Amino acid sequence: MISKNFIFWSIWIVSTLAIGGYLSAVMVFKGDRSHFLIGETTVGHHQIELACNACHSKGFSDVSSIQKSCENCHAAELKISDDSHPLKKFRDPRNADRLAKLDVTKCVTCHTEHRPELTQPMGLTMPKDYCFLCHQDIGKDRPETHQNLEFTSCASAGCHNYHDNRALYERFLERHATEPDMKPNPFVLNHDAEPLAEEYGGLKRGDALSMAAADAPGSIFSNMSGDAKEAVLTEWRQDAHARNGVNCSGCHQPGKVERADGAAIKPSWIDKPGRAVCASCHVQENKGFLAGKHGMRQQEGLLVSEGKAPAFLKSLGLFKKQELTPMRPELARSPMKTNAHGRELSCTSCHGRGALASGKVGDTVNRNSQTGKVAGLHNFDVQPANVQACVSCHDSEHTKTYLGSPHHELWVKELKGELPKGSGVTCATCHMPRVTVEDEYENFITIVAHNQNDNLRPNEKMIRSVCSSCHGLRFTIDALADEKLVRKNFRGKPQTHIESIDWVLRRSSKKGDEK
Amino acid sequence: MFIFREKLRALTLATALGAGCLMTTNAPLNAKTFEPQAVADMLHLVLSSDRTIYTKKVVKRLVNKHKVIKASEFYEDEKALPLPAQMFRFGAEAVADKTDSFSYSLLSLWPINKQNKPTTELETKGLKYIAENKGKNFYGEETLGGKKYFTAVYADTAVASPCVGCHNNHKDTPKKDFKLGDVMGGVVIRFPID
Repeated sequence: MISKNFIFWSIWIVSTLAIGGYLSAVMVFKGDRSHFLIGETTVGHHQIELACNACHSKGFSDVSSIQKSCENCHAAELKISDDSHPLKKFRDPRNADRLAKLDVTKCVTCHTEHRPELTQPMGLTMPKDYCFLCHQDIGKDRPETHQNLEFTSCASAGCHNYHDNRALYERFLERHATEPDMKPNPFVLNHDAEPLAEEYGGLKRGDALSMAAADAPGSIFSNMSGDAKEAVLTEWRQDAHARNGVNCSGCHQPGKVERADGAAIKPSWIDKPGRAVCASCHVQENKGFLAGKHGMRQQEGLLVSEGKAPAFLKSLGLFKKQELTPMRPELARSPMKTNAHGRELSCTSCHGRGALASGKVGDTVNRNSQTGKVAGLHNFDVQPANVQACVSCHDSEHTKTYLGSPHHELWVKELKGELPKGSGVTCATCHMPRVTVEDEYENFITIVAHNQNDNLRPNEKMIRSVCSSCHGLRFTIDALADEKLVRKNFRGKPQTHIESIDWVLRRSSKKGDEK
Repeated sequence: MFIFREKLRALTLATALGAGCLMTTNAPLNAKTFEPQAVADMLHLVLSSDRTIYTKKVVKRLVNKHKVIKASEFYEDEKALPLPAQMFRFGAEAVADKTDSFSYSLLSLWPINKQNKPTTELETKGLKYIAENKGKNFYGEETLGGKKYFTAVYADTAVASPCVGCHNNHKDTPKKDFKLGDVMGGVVIRFPID
C-alpha cells in the first residue's frame, strides 16, 4: 500500500519541479516575467514595466545598457530643456572626485526603479540634500541669499531643478520680475489648425478636393445607403484632410500604385487605418504621442514576451512573442472614468467627433441602424481634442474642477465668439501646447506637443511654454507651487509664495549699490 | 648606355630623396616620438587661435564695429552671440561627448561662475604659476579617479576690452581690477598617460 507520506512528497516534488521548471523557462525564453517584478515602478514607467527589455536590453545588471535605454527615451527632451547638468559636463576628469561621491553620469544613481519606498516626486530616489555634494560653498558664494539654507530645499522650494531651469535661472527671473499677474494681451497661440496646415504647405480652405475627386473604389460604398455615402464624403470634404489634398487612398490605401486605367494594383483597401497611417504624415505628433503617457506602450519593440522559445513550445501556445497592448484608461494610476475603461488609445481616441460621440474607436462607418446616418468618423476637427476628449476619460479633481473654472469660462466665451481666438484656456492649451521644434530636416516648425507629460516634469516647465503667454512670472511661479490651487484648477489666487524673485532683486540692488 | 646610366642615377637619387623626405615628414606622426607636452602645445595653439578668431572676427566685428547684435551670457533668450568663453566651453563639452583621449577646460582663480575655479591641487598650482610667470606655461602630472594624467596649463589673457569690462563689472566677479593683457585664467589640457 502506498503511504500518504509518499503521495504527499511525490506531489510536492512534482509540483516544485513543474513550477520551478516553468519559471526557469520563463527566464530562459524571456516570456511574461510579471511574476518577477521586484517592486512597483514609478509613475513614469509603470505602463511599460512588463516589457523588461524597455530598460534591461542586456540583462538586468548591466548599468551601461540601462543608461542607453534611459537616453533612448529621455536624451532628446533633456537636450531641448537645456539640461543644467548634462553628462558631457561631467566627463572631464577634473570631476572625478565629484563623481566618486555621486555618479551623475548614470541616471539610475538618482532615479532607481522598483524602489517605491524610496521614490519621491520626479522619480528621485536620492536623499533630497544631494546638491550639497558639489555646491557646499553656495552659502559663502551667495551670503546675501543662500546662507544657512537647508540643502533639502534647493529643488523642493520652487527655486531650482536639477535638469530644467529655463524659467528659473537668475537672469530670467530678473528680467520678468516686475510683470503684472495678468499681462495686458493675454492670448495663447491659436487653436485653429488652418494656419498651421498652411505653414506645412497645405491647401487653403477654398481649395478642398471635390466630392467627385474622391478615389475610393465603388465597392466600398456598395453596402451603404446613398445618404450614408454622401454623409461620409461630405464630412471628408469639410475636414482638414480633403482641404489639404488628402484623398481616400491617402489613408485607406497608403502607397497606392495605379495601373494605366486608374485601377489600384496595391495595396488593398484598409477599413480602419491605424496610427501608423496617421504617422506617415503627422510625424512630430506621432513622436510626441509615443513619448507621452497616451502612447508610450505603443513604442516599437516593447515586448512582454520576447518569443525566444523553441518552435514546439510556441506551437503549444507557450512563450509566444507578445507586445504591450495600447494604453487603456483603467491601466492609469490617476483617476479615470469607469465608462472609459476598455478604450485603447490611438489618434482617433481624441480626433474625430464620431469616435467621441459613440464611445467606439476606429470604426470606419458607424451607421445608425434606424436613420442610416454616419456618426462622423471622417471629421477630424481638432476642437474636441481641446477639452471634450480629455474629460471623457480623466476624472481627477483637477479635471473635474476645470469645468466652470476661470480658464474654462474664457474657453466657453471664445467658443461663443464673445472673445477672440486664443483667449480661452483648455486642457490642451496647458498640456499639449503649441511649441516650436526642430524637425528631421533641421527646420524649426510649430506643432501641437502630443506628449501630454512633457511640461509636467516638473510643472515649472509650463512657465515658458504656456503660462507666460498670459501671466506674469511671479504670479506663475507661486501658482504652480500651490498644490491646492493646482488641484482646484486655479480657482483663486496663489496662497504660496516662492521667494526666488525677491532674492534676485535683493542681490541685484545690493550689487548695484556696490558699483 | 650613358643615357640609361644617367637616368638610373637620377631615378635612384630621386627615390632616395623622396624616401628621405617621406621619413622626415612622417617622423612627427610617429606616436613614440610624440611627447604629451608637444601635443598639448599644438592643441592649445588651435584652441587659442580659434578663440581669438571668434572674438575678433565675429564678436568684436558684429558687436563693436557693425553694432548689429550683442554678445551675451544669455544668448538664447536675448537672441545674442554666445560669449567667447562660452563658445570655448561648448567645444570642450562636444569633445568630451566624443572622446576621453583628452579634455580641456577654461578655469580661473577668480571665476565668475564658481564651478570654474580649480578643483585639483595641480590646477591651483598651475593657475598660480601662469599668473605669476607671464608668458610661461605649466606642465605636470596628476592622478584623478585612479588614472594618471598629463596636465598642461596655459595663460588666458585679456585680449580685448570687452573681456576686461565684462569681468570687472559682473556682479559675481571676485576681482574688479583686470587690465588689458592681464592673465584672467588658464586653459587646462589633459591626457590620460597610463
